Amino acid sequence: MRAPLEWIREYADVPASLTVAEIVDAYTRVGLEVEAVHTVPETVGALIVGRVLAIEELTEFKKPIRFTRVDLGPGNGPDGGDEPRGIICGATNFAVGDAVIVALPGTVLPGGFEIAARKTYGHISDGMICSARELGIGDDHDGIVVLDRDAPIGTDARPLIGSDRDNGAVIEFSITPDRGYALSIRGLARELAAAFDAAYTDPADRPLREAGPGRDVQILDAARCARFVALEATGVDPAAPSPWRIRRRLAAAGVRSISLAVDVTNYVMIELGHPLHAFDAAKLDGGIVVRRATAGEALRTLDGADRTLSGDDVVVADRSRALSIAGVMGGEESEISPTTTDVVIEAASWDPPSISRTVRRHRLPSEAARRYERAVDPAISAIAAEAAGELLVRYAGGALGGRTDAGAVPQPAQVTMLASEPARLAGRYFSPETIAHRLAQVGCRVVDRVADQAEDGAADRAATGAGRAFDVTPPSWRPDLTRPADLVEEITRLEGYDTIIPILPAAPAGTGLTPAQRRRRRVAADLAAAGLTEVLSFPFMGAADLDAFGLPVDDVRRSAVRLANPLDVDRPLMATTLLPALAATVLRNLSRGARDLALFEIGQVVRPAPGAPIAPALGVETRPAPADLERLFAAVPSQPMHVAVIATGRWERAGWWGPGRPAEAADVLGLARRIGDVCGVPVTLESAEYASWHPGRCAAIRADGEIVGHAGELHPAVVERVGLPARTLALELDLSALGVPAPPVPPAVSPFPPVHLDVALVVDSAVDAGTVTAALRDGGGEMVESVRLFDVYTGDQIPDGKKSLAFSLLVRAADRTLTAAEATTVRDAAIAAVARRTGAELRA
Amino acid sequence: MTSSAPVDPTDEAAVEAAAAAAVAAIEGAASLDALAAVRRDHAGDRSPLALANRAIAGLDPHDKAAAGRRVGGARARVAAAATEREEVLRAERDQAVLATERIDVTLPTDRYPTGGRHPIRAITDRICDVFTAMGWGVAEGPEVEAEWLNFDALNFPPDHPAREMQDTLYVASRANEYDAAPGEAGSGSPARTGSGLVLRTHTSPVQIRAMLERTPPIYVICPGRVFRDDALDATHTPVFHQVEGLAVDRGLTMEHLKGTLDHLARAMFGPDSKTRLRPSFFPFTEPSAEMDVYFPDKKGGPGWVEWGGCGMVDPNVLTACGLDPAEYTGFAFGMGIERTLQFRHSVPDMRDMIEGDVRFTAAFSSEI
Repeated sequence: MRAPLEWIREYADVPASLTVAEIVDAYTRVGLEVEAVHTVPETVGALIVGRVLAIEELTEFKKPIRFTRVDLGPGNGPDGGDEPRGIICGATNFAVGDAVIVALPGTVLPGGFEIAARKTYGHISDGMICSARELGIGDDHDGIVVLDRDAPIGTDARPLIGSDRDNGAVIEFSITPDRGYALSIRGLARELAAAFDAAYTDPADRPLREAGPGRDVQILDAARCARFVALEATGVDPAAPSPWRIRRRLAAAGVRSISLAVDVTNYVMIELGHPLHAFDAAKLDGGIVVRRATAGEALRTLDGADRTLSGDDVVVADRSRALSIAGVMGGEESEISPTTTDVVIEAASWDPPSISRTVRRHRLPSEAARRYERAVDPAISAIAAEAAGELLVRYAGGALGGRTDAGAVPQPAQVTMLASEPARLAGRYFSPETIAHRLAQVGCRVVDRVADQAEDGAADRAATGAGRAFDVTPPSWRPDLTRPADLVEEITRLEGYDTIIPILPAAPAGTGLTPAQRRRRRVAADLAAAGLTEVLSFPFMGAADLDAFGLPVDDVRRSAVRLANPLDVDRPLMATTLLPALAATVLRNLSRGARDLALFEIGQVVRPAPGAPIAPALGVETRPAPADLERLFAAVPSQPMHVAVIATGRWERAGWWGPGRPAEAADVLGLARRIGDVCGVPVTLESAEYASWHPGRCAAIRADGEIVGHAGELHPAVVERVGLPARTLALELDLSALGVPAPPVPPAVSPFPPVHLDVALVVDSAVDAGTVTAALRDGGGEMVESVRLFDVYTGDQIPDGKKSLAFSLLVRAADRTLTAAEATTVRDAAIAAVARRTGAELRA
Repeated sequence: MTSSAPVDPTDEAAVEAAAAAAVAAIEGAASLDALAAVRRDHAGDRSPLALANRAIAGLDPHDKAAAGRRVGGARARVAAAATEREEVLRAERDQAVLATERIDVTLPTDRYPTGGRHPIRAITDRICDVFTAMGWGVAEGPEVEAEWLNFDALNFPPDHPAREMQDTLYVASRANEYDAAPGEAGSGSPARTGSGLVLRTHTSPVQIRAMLERTPPIYVICPGRVFRDDALDATHTPVFHQVEGLAVDRGLTMEHLKGTLDHLARAMFGPDSKTRLRPSFFPFTEPSAEMDVYFPDKKGGPGWVEWGGCGMVDPNVLTACGLDPAEYTGFAFGMGIERTLQFRHSVPDMRDMIEGDVRFTAAFSSEI
């Protein structure tokens, strides 16, 4: 909302000495956000109102040029005399007798443009007739500014362009949805007056003309239209121009001047906040009908677009067809034309949600709809229509006729507020006088129950404030004030939020982060300590990503939540795996020159359960029933917390110590174990074939018997399709699936010396080291303190298809020093177990 | 000097001479090897003083004590001189040898890359720490969320323009929700789908969950990722992070809201920081306020920066969660993490925070 400050000042009697900055601060303090202040740039020197006395058309040039003689009043003529000045002008939008704005020689216009008397087009041009753009009051440069004919010739033009006060400041507000009334000069002036405790004149507070009924109006949908006023104006001059004051204020407010009849409706909308619509009466077929559109009904709106209406849209119609989309936009057929002499002015109250839906449905925001979506004062419909009608006939002649007022003004409900309520919410004390004063300032009618019932023996209660209450009737333009809390905000904001003293509340003692939160932090810190960099990707994916990652049709990762209006049409699905987006981040880094990368991400993935209930539509009047809440929570898909890693390039860098080492599967497999360890949940790795990974280089990560993730080298085909470097490694693990470990119980630490034993076993190549290790442990029993694989050998001394695994066993008893014979028994039992499970032989 | 004439242990001059000779030889030893030879000759078993010591046994008992003291004292002086000389010679040798073992300590040590937390996560943790230190809990919730929890329960009436303040990403209805068939391309369809699910536009639904699942007093901070249908540019991103706080208790007022915000501001921006509230509107709070923070290290000089929104929990919200607004009051606040990071660390372009370029993250240490 752009509001000229001089217009606001017309109704808010704040001191003239207040600066624009002070006014902006005051608006901010009471809760109206100022986005910008526009001012008229300064013109230095004489800017004089003149009258065009004569026009000589110069025809010998490529474009139309006029040599004019302009009366500038006494003392403003050449050499300080009274004679008219000769001025060359390239515009043609004026006639003899028009009042114009002239910059005299020596005047410097905005932008440093200095006017000088000079010879041009064969004449001396002794000044310049200015356009709106040259004066800095608008973008219009199609012609010069034409003032009203009764403009005061010879005077300073600055009061007429509004730059004599506050530099012509226009304040641009960002109005919150609850304050529809502030989308008007009426509302903004009220706020400014309240902010400074200054006198306020309500522009809507004016007598209503006595008028008989006019055109027949039938409201067929009273739920959508509370009130409809139709005012007739007849015999108006369609060619009458809008007066300069209206044109200038509209331009400052950012509204284009169209025609007098349209301009006056816009002018009143800005001043009073009540949208109006002007119909050409000649185009109407009988009375007016307010009804729902029939589904599929067609209407060409005045922006020239053909609209197909829905049964949920409301239209203003006549006997035969829809004339306008109610409260949103008029129809082209019935709009004011250059031949319109009889006008019907509509002032109506529409149901805000209905307007919102129509705006969204037709993607048709408008100044009227913006106000109707919030709040339009239903009490001033007739006043607003009359205000516009009065302006119309004042400037275009004709007369106002009948006025039909259908429907009724909804009455705001009374709110009872305890005098203690403001302190209960705001924390600070407000006296009953302050409360009543501030509520009256926003337009409420306030009845102080104690003051009213003093004879009721309530004087004691009044002294203590206990039980004291106000009966508050909010004004018709504030449908947002329905509860005591709403009133508290009004009192508190006008008194100033800065009067609230900060106090730090004492929360009950807590227990810090949850186990899952501690786990996430530890995993992230540990991966960072291991040299990986954390990234945050957008959690979206497309079917093409899943194809690239080689997921089969029935893969669970293809069961994804789909967005109706995705940010990226190629990625409409919520990620079920972190890898595609993480890979995209890897690719971005590679494209920027990085070569060695190890990235990780911790984030939610969305795993919908087929057959989950649809989220029920629940009320908000009470807490939903347990069964309803259960259904609601069940409708929300499961969103486990995953951790993912992608690594490529060197794991160990090249340097003076050597050539470095490329990242290999063992590195991410090691990370899988590390993650398990920092979570306190040991994981085991086993060979697995899982889509996206190299079938021979993929481990399933198992914790407490369940597979919780996979790690290893990505499938070469995936690497190629995604565009990653060869041998790229990946890990993805479901952190939510790791159980919460019981507090660890450490072993009794034996003080007796260990026996170190080395064992080399020959097994089939396909036998995993993990299987052998487990067998050694199981076979050796509780005296085996550790089993460490220290060598894997294949070659000359080993048969084809076999490999040698060399282990170091540490054997120790809890209660004695082992004898050599005892240690050998343990070793033999361990080997025997491996032989049983894998057919291993002791290496010769 | 290999062997020497025996020294009479009763002859004080001879004992003193032998001791003096030994000390002179020790002090003249130029190396540890030379010192070892001198020790053998002057302090070894066959050295004059050792022989003199042995000769004491054959003396008249009457002379034994004096001779013992005399020879013992001489031997002790010799031994002390040798020890002292050895320390000197060892130090000289160590200095020479260790000098040859010098390494270049400025050689690179970056054999393994340095990793790092993302600054958004690091600063979120920091904020959570501020609140857990005061006894608050950290509550979290799903990113795909029930519309009822994201809007209705937060007092966004259906069709109210307040819902338009937050451009929402909607989940498609069940008919096409599942099974992205291979090779299928996505398609945009109109919003408001009937699935009853949205991508949460704020972390406020976590507040609702907290109020539904706990009983007052409730003091929770809700960090998390949120989504808006917004274009990506230097100061906006459609996917961003928020941290919100909620306190519901008996007797909470705007004073407590302001005290909490001031405390957070000081924790994040230094002891000179503070907050300012400007009246505003949010459906879920009444009274509502925008919050500015006074940022002493602001680029271009100290000043106010818009930080977030806050207010007293709207009675309708309490009611929808089954809490009696006559008994309980509450306050809530929320701010964007990206924005916080942006002005706290003078990040000119928000895109740097979301693109995952390792060079950006590397600029932050784990202490943020």
